[in-house]
Amino acid sequence: MKLEGKKLIWKDYQKEIPDDKYFYVRSCIRQNMFPASEHYFLKIMREDLGKDVYETEHHTTCGGIGYHCDVIKIETIMSIVARQFALMTEAGYKNYAVSCITSFGLYTEIIHTWQTFPEILAKTRRQLKEATGREFEIPEHVAHASDIIFKLRHEIAAKAKYRLVNKKTGEPLKVVEHIGCHYAKMFPHKGVGGAEYPYVLAGMIEAWGGEIVDYPERRHCCGFGFRQYFVKSNRGYSLSNTHKKFESMEPFKPDMIITNCPGCPYFMDRWQYVIAETEGKTYGENGRGIPVFTYEEVAGLVMGYDPWDLGLQVHQIGPESVLDKMGIPYDPEAKYKGLDGQDLGRPEMPKNISCC
Amino acid sequence: MGREVSGKDEYMPTLYEQLLQDVRFQEGMKVCMNCGTCTAICPAAEFYDYDPRKVLDLVQRKKEAELEALLKSDVIWFCGECMSCLTRCPRNNGPGLVIMALRTLSQQTGLFVHSQKGRQQILLKRGIGENILRYGYCVYGPTMMPEAHPEAGPIWEWEHAHLPEVFDRLHGNLDKRGPGALRKIPDEDLAELKSIFDVTGTSELFENIEHYSAEKAREMGVDMEEYIQEVEESMQL
Repeated sequence: MKLEGKKLIWKDYQKEIPDDKYFYVRSCIRQNMFPASEHYFLKIMREDLGKDVYETEHHTTCGGIGYHCDVIKIETIMSIVARQFALMTEAGYKNYAVSCITSFGLYTEIIHTWQTFPEILAKTRRQLKEATGREFEIPEHVAHASDIIFKLRHEIAAKAKYRLVNKKTGEPLKVVEHIGCHYAKMFPHKGVGGAEYPYVLAGMIEAWGGEIVDYPERRHCCGFGFRQYFVKSNRGYSLSNTHKKFESMEPFKPDMIITNCPGCPYFMDRWQYVIAETEGKTYGENGRGIPVFTYEEVAGLVMGYDPWDLGLQVHQIGPESVLDKMGIPYDPEAKYKGLDGQDLGRPEMPKNISCC
Repeated sequence: MGREVSGKDEYMPTLYEQLLQDVRFQEGMKVCMNCGTCTAICPAAEFYDYDPRKVLDLVQRKKEAELEALLKSDVIWFCGECMSCLTRCPRNNGPGLVIMALRTLSQQTGLFVHSQKGRQQILLKRGIGENILRYGYCVYGPTMMPEAHPEAGPIWEWEHAHLPEVFDRLHGNLDKRGPGALRKIPDEDLAELKSIFDVTGTSELFENIEHYSAEKAREMGVDMEEYIQEVEESMQL
């Protein structure tokens, strides 16, 4: 078979991704903003696909946001990462599954540094032992959780109840994929498809029936920028970068966005709200925004899980336009209810953007 | 080539020699040919008066006075550490990595308080940095107040007002023991994090940030509370 274009490039960026027996570590931002996504990663892996994924309450933040806000020293971050690996070693696992992209980039960077500078690895072992008494092995495989869903995308497609297809027209949904910068920009060979044309989300979109939108600023950062978001007076940086991406994708009229990073779906969701409220501009159809999803949310929708079980009600840009196109039923009255229908009131609706 | 500290015999390494000790500098600063590819791809260069090509050019000149001025300036704080520059540099430099080494050195030497953007490090230390020791997370939703995050929208106001119930609905484990999203990190694990901070130098970095910030506040004639407010509100683009 003759390989052409991006498929030729993707051939050079294959990574070995085990399909079972993982030690799982969570993401700080995703635990706060998308707790149901992590839950459904574990549920799909364990219950739907029969995989062994282990989690312990004793793992902590990797400290990556602090490191990239430059208030955590590199020696510290290496020891925190080594402690996570010690927990994996103690639990008897060799494959490490990471929910966060910032963490995934850090694990990749740190293992590379240890391999390049053995004296730094020795120092980390000494410091971890001194601080905690623990010892560790380096994982045989480090996979981002989206790598694993990518690996299992055809198994998910085989169990799918819905596809990324407009049920009325039969046309594939037009899907923007956004990859977190630290997934492969630092170490292209550690990501599926490399840094310029990552295939990790594109492969899911293809397998589940959608059409990938290629647009000029596809690889541009969402604008998180760590200190550029967490310091309130710097947030214009973050907003400006997201705005640039939306202006670039607008002519291609995407139906939805799928992401694999903790911060990106939050920023691409919330800055649409800010742009609408400050400029009156919306990027979706009929005064709506473009719904932004995590890859677990999309996998869950495809597999037929209830949208509110998946946590889509805590997005500022409502998912209803996509649910309607895919023909997924949902109960609008149940959207903001708690467990067992508990009444939690309703959020205020924005003025300039329709959120349902 | 180091320098002697005035009136003492002890050897004081130059700023460049200190940078060379940082593995990120070793990995990120090879030989820059000044092509400007990093600046072309850089999100910060588009929205700030920032040019990573110039930063690398200045650093590789190894001039102490220029380096000191750089460490005192806003310039090193504009980068968003997205690392897009690493992918594209034809010489395998990493301007983003060099920036990280410069920021660490600026905080170790106390030079960060000379710039408006550098002074913001006290906010990040007291926020993200202390969250790690207090909760075991860099970000902890219950402390993410809606009034400080208007961009989070009315959905976050609603969620924040009902966090325990929303977390129960979304299969989280807010502040409870056992695995799960935003669980209570056991005290023994938080103690290990603190011990790691002490052994590996971040506790000392925290003290440095507090010390130099307090010194700057005294120089400005304000107390720490007023200083924090000034740092939070100051906008300089």
